[in-house]
Amino acid sequence: MKKASLIMIIGSLLLLGLFKFPLWHIQLEAPQYPDPLGMHIFIEGIQGEEEFDIQNIDGLNHYIGMRTIPKPEEMWEFEVFPLVIIAMVVLGVLIGILGFIGKVGYNWFLGWFVLMSVLGVLGMYDFNAWLTDYGSNLDPNAIMKLTHPDGTPMTYSPPLLGHEKMLNFDVTSLPHTGAWMMFVGMSLTVVAFFVGRRKREKRA
Amino acid sequence: MKKLSLPTVLFMTLATVFTGCKDQGDKSNGALTSNAAERVYVEPGQYDEFYAFLSGGFSGQMSVYGIPSGRLLKVVPVFSQDPEKGYGYNEETKPMLNTTHGFIPWDDTHHPDMSQTNGKLDGRWIFMNGNNTPRVARISLSTFETEEIMEIPNSAGNHNSAFVTENTEYVVAGTRFSVPIPQKDMPIKDYKGNFKASLSFLSVDQDSGEMDLSFQIRLPGFNYDLAHPGRDKSHGWIFITTYNTEEAHTLQEVNASQNDKDFIAAVNWKKAEEYIKEGKFKTEKAEYAHNIFDEDTHMATSTIKDEVRVLDASELPGLVYFLPTPKSPHGCDVDPTGEYIIGNGKLSADLTVHSFSKMLDAIENEKFDGEAYNIPILNFEDVLGGTVKQPGLGPLHTEFDGKGNAYTTFFISSEVVKWNVGTWEVLDRKPTYYSPGHLSIPGGNSQEPWGKYVLAMNKITKDRYLPTGPEMNHSAQLYDISGEKMELLSDFPTIGEPHYASMAPADLIAPNSKKIYKLSENKHPHAATSPADVRVERDGNEVHVYMTMVRSHLNPDNIEGIKVGDKVYFHLTNLEQDFDVPHGFAVIGAENAELLVMPGSTETLVWEPKKVGVWPFYCTDFCSALHQEMSGYIRVSPEGSNTELKWSLGEE
Ligand SMILES: [Cu+2]
Repeated sequence: MKKASLIMIIGSLLLLGLFKFPLWHIQLEAPQYPDPLGMHIFIEGIQGEEEFDIQNIDGLNHYIGMRTIPKPEEMWEFEVFPLVIIAMVVLGVLIGILGFIGKVGYNWFLGWFVLMSVLGVLGMYDFNAWLTDYGSNLDPNAIMKLTHPDGTPMTYSPPLLGHEKMLNFDVTSLPHTGAWMMFVGMSLTVVAFFVGRRKREKRA
Repeated sequence: MKKLSLPTVLFMTLATVFTGCKDQGDKSNGALTSNAAERVYVEPGQYDEFYAFLSGGFSGQMSVYGIPSGRLLKVVPVFSQDPEKGYGYNEETKPMLNTTHGFIPWDDTHHPDMSQTNGKLDGRWIFMNGNNTPRVARISLSTFETEEIMEIPNSAGNHNSAFVTENTEYVVAGTRFSVPIPQKDMPIKDYKGNFKASLSFLSVDQDSGEMDLSFQIRLPGFNYDLAHPGRDKSHGWIFITTYNTEEAHTLQEVNASQNDKDFIAAVNWKKAEEYIKEGKFKTEKAEYAHNIFDEDTHMATSTIKDEVRVLDASELPGLVYFLPTPKSPHGCDVDPTGEYIIGNGKLSADLTVHSFSKMLDAIENEKFDGEAYNIPILNFEDVLGGTVKQPGLGPLHTEFDGKGNAYTTFFISSEVVKWNVGTWEVLDRKPTYYSPGHLSIPGGNSQEPWGKYVLAMNKITKDRYLPTGPEMNHSAQLYDISGEKMELLSDFPTIGEPHYASMAPADLIAPNSKKIYKLSENKHPHAATSPADVRVERDGNEVHVYMTMVRSHLNPDNIEGIKVGDKVYFHLTNLEQDFDVPHGFAVIGAENAELLVMPGSTETLVWEPKKVGVWPFYCTDFCSALHQEMSGYIRVSPEGSNTELKWSLGEE
């Protein structure tokens, strides 16, 4: 159980990477941008990949009536997400320590993972809802109003995951370092669960 | 097959007759190798390997080309007003063209020279002369803008300029014409012995690049033509060709070509520094303008300075020596080792090469052959390093490939000749089209040349391009010199009359090239860096409009309350922070120019409305899909009317 608990602690601590590294990265490529524009989505706010990328993305988006990229204070998520992550790290480490001194069993590790997964899915759902709203809730006075061949108004939600062609832009949206650290961390907690169970079975 | 015009045939016949060279009989594209096109072809989206900075001669500008493609990258206004960019027309840059003669909106640029560190090109700045109204400019190679212009007092015909010492300690500027110093009303026939020359040393601040006229050396009244600072072992010296040592003042074509030998003046500037330290200078009254463009305020200021420290070469021993050089030498070039000083006697059949170490030896042993105005003349034979025998006609300029070879242009026989430094043997020759002046090898005047290409700048173009009336642009010709024989690769038209070019590898310059000005660092006193700063203010009959520009609107877009007789200052700030998105600004009836405002910077256009009406203004630089909509109106009421001053954007 000692080894499993250590893995549990390390796994939970890896979530702290989210405070340093971006969770997600959205890149916009077009012929007239030989240096692609990019957005780094942190749990505490959105930053341009280069110093003026946000300003330039906003400049482009105003043609199709998108709102400007939100500042941290404009979205409740950027206040709540860091608190949730901190809480999960503290909880994970606590469970790990309690496991280490034999106060809780390995099932708690899996319990933490399930809770984190639920929160993660909720987060993704929220993020996707925001992207959809951001790309479809357009200014009615937008300079350019484009429609699909069937006549429905075009919307511009960047993909949650993967690549999509938006007008003249190739938009690619992928998890970034912070997310990968989180995934590895979460996987470790599952590993901790199995390691703990195997130890128990051997002893039995 | 190209038709040969009579002048062409004459030129080439002359060349053949005089040089006795066989391969000049080729048809006029020379020995153009079949894959030359591939070697100058730079694929779309790919970069050239080198930058070439060409002086614009009487255009007063500097043009920037990519090499080997010969693509024009930019024209940088230096001494000339440029309506394309508003340089010299807007309020910010007008002070750049201020002189003690007043506002001089043009000049004659000859010699761009890049800053150096340890004798190697360092890609920080280009210095360039204004020949007519003596000036030296400094152009930043991060912004490609003219940042400083220093007027040179006591000078006339600032041809012998701007030459940079090994660590950019000084930019050296010598006078071509001698004049009365101080200037006065006197008979021209009394030239001899009364006219004098000045050699100016402009020190350079290594961080900011800012120049200071540190001191001048007073020299006899000859013509000082071209110069080259010593390198490596000859560091601390500068060598200058002279002509008209006869001191003729009339029909100089004949009277200044009488002496069999003129001089190369060897000036020991380290010695000059010692004399300055010892206080052996005279402080003389001399007015000159010093103009500086500040990158943060986006504004230039002009200051008139009033004195200069002068060292008199006739009174201070060890400062200057004369090296006899046949015959009316023009170019003066020092090889990368610093040992050889090539004096291109433009009327001489041979090329004379002086040896620096022999010169030092002769000075030490005081082997003098007389003096001129108390300045020792060394013995020709004592300082002679070698002679290139009968290389061609009318040698002008020499550059080096770093592999022990020199390349000299011959104006009269119209060719580039390759010869060996040391054996003095002619190795190769190629015709030029036609009559070359300077030539340039990347780093070819430094200790470390990139001996891959030579660019010859021709004075005459004749049949090289489609005719464009009596005047055609001058032609530059690019040769590959990486092999044993030179190969002509291409030719391309240039701007004005390019004299010299400084060439450098792209990777020395490109990484430092600025992409935008940061709005957060904009310290222009009239900047409007956010929509909240937008306003219009009246002060008597002066109206200041604080306007912003962004794709695709000018803010405000409607202004009322302007009256005939007002002086309207449009202060425009470009809020973009995206590479290569300038906005322009033009208003009807403006008597100056339009503006081209770079991202993050502020520029001011003055407009004095003369007619009542509602007049449009608009963006001149196609900036976005809605560029045509980037416009507004300004209402001009009659003089004395009381239309309320107001402005708006997006209001009904
Ligand atoms: Cu515009």
